[in-house]
Amino acid sequence: MTHTTNNATTASNTITAASSPDAAGPNKPFISSITGVAPLLDVREVTMRYPTARRGERAIQALDGVSLMIASGEFVALVGPSGCGKSTLLSLIAGLERPTSGTIALQGDAQARRLGRVGYMPQRDLLLPWRDALGNASAGLEAQGMGRREARRRAQALFTNFGLGGFEHAYPSALSGGMRQRVAFARSALAAGDLLLLDEPFGALDALTRAELQRWLSTVWQRLGITCLLVTHDVDEALLLADRIIVMTPRPGRIRLERAVPLDAQNRPRRPDILTHPQVASLKAELLAALLAPDGGSGETPQ
Amino acid sequence: MNTVNTQANVRDHTTMAYDAAPFAWRARSREAGVRALLNTLPAVALVAALIALWQWYASGAAIDPQILPTPVAVWRALVAQRDLLWGHTLVTLYETLVGFAVALAAGVAFAVVVDASPWLRRAVYPLLVTSQTIPIITLAPLLVLWFGFGLLSKTLVVLLVCFFPITVALADGLRAADPELIKLYRAFGAGPLRIFWSVRLPGALPSLFSGVRIAITYSVYGAIFGEYVGSEAGLGFYMLLKQHAFATAAVMAVIVVTALLSIALFTLVALIERLALPWYYAQGRT
Repeated sequence: MTHTTNNATTASNTITAASSPDAAGPNKPFISSITGVAPLLDVREVTMRYPTARRGERAIQALDGVSLMIASGEFVALVGPSGCGKSTLLSLIAGLERPTSGTIALQGDAQARRLGRVGYMPQRDLLLPWRDALGNASAGLEAQGMGRREARRRAQALFTNFGLGGFEHAYPSALSGGMRQRVAFARSALAAGDLLLLDEPFGALDALTRAELQRWLSTVWQRLGITCLLVTHDVDEALLLADRIIVMTPRPGRIRLERAVPLDAQNRPRRPDILTHPQVASLKAELLAALLAPDGGSGETPQ
Repeated sequence: MNTVNTQANVRDHTTMAYDAAPFAWRARSREAGVRALLNTLPAVALVAALIALWQWYASGAAIDPQILPTPVAVWRALVAQRDLLWGHTLVTLYETLVGFAVALAAGVAFAVVVDASPWLRRAVYPLLVTSQTIPIITLAPLLVLWFGFGLLSKTLVVLLVCFFPITVALADGLRAADPELIKLYRAFGAGPLRIFWSVRLPGALPSLFSGVRIAITYSVYGAIFGEYVGSEAGLGFYMLLKQHAFATAAVMAVIVVTALLSIALFTLVALIERLALPWYYAQGRT
């Protein structure tokens, strides 16, 4: 196993490139174990630069040439320090913003409108306080234009599965943080279509609730057969949940490292003690090293 | 497994509400009634004490009843002229409700329009604020001059008084919508219209109701002031009539009716708010 930081990788590129094809060249996105399968999501060379309001000020570069692919049914975790443009990337994938350059293709189509086709779940549950739990879970479907009755029927079908049975008509203010997050997840999962983007969904929860919801998410993900892209700053969370982990650099966000998690993909939810498994532990060390490595990019480029 | 966790996750008071629902609710509502009574008790006691003090002072030999009638005299005037007062009350109530309804409709429409365009906001907001700096005392006579002694001029005074708080409250409420929430619903594919109807407007309703509560308290005062300036009927007209006749007890009776009318309308709005926004009160707001 190579314990290399980015600096080391670039220094000895010829040696490491064969064994660990991370930090792939900017023009060819790396596909790990999924070569041959048509990617559900194909992000190519995406750069995002935010212009600043004041003249003469430098533009903020959030993302710099990010490429990644996600196959249908995969669970991919995106790990990076705060301010690495993870959330920006999710906004771009969801279709909320347009990249400065590069393309994002969902099911092979880079031109189609992605708003309403991708489930998005932010850290805050953002439940509507005037709707009951069921009404909130069905809100995503209703936003896509589905009738209220049908949307509620579909949400109802998920409730028991999600451990929310009996709380259909409770207002969010009467629910615990963990339950609110489940309702929010149901809302996004129902609206997801194929791809679910999770932006640090458990970041605001206490450690116990978080652990419980991680297990729950793993089970639900497997049962529903959805595709997840999880943004987190927690390496353990990524190791417990994901098939593949992508490490990003601080601003401007680039992809530094990409690794498959060396565990049986079917055996979910993973027990927390897999973190002490030698192979997983060494992967964790590698990921942490990549996360903590100093970066040359300043994040600002002259406009 | 999940169900067990779920139960443990719910806060205690909710679990209670679900477990022992009907019985607990009834007990709690009776408890709430007792508490409400205890809460109003100090105010009632203070008012009773003040009225008693007033009665004692005004019934002293040196006080001219034309200057300060006793509460008992006011009550007698109220009872004696109840039919007349009732008729004038209906006129005032009618002006108030029509003016308020128009103010509500116009205020909501205005807030929505202002909200839709930053340019309109910038153009209209200063005018709106300026309109409120003009004292209604100077405006009311003009309105009577332009629109006559009838209902229209009073309704307009009510409209002018009520319009501003409603517009500002709703416009602010709409503006306060969480940008992240809007972003989320955009990601779900909702258009601006749907976001407005299902996210921003419901979220602004508590704010709108605050404005409406302020407006409804001003509305009766607006109608009465309009009548006071020039009219042929209504509580303001009747009060002026009695004032000129030095029937101070009757004037005070009108004041009592006015206060009761305002309180009744305010209570009605509060009641509607409770029915319309059950979730808002479920959040532990009292």
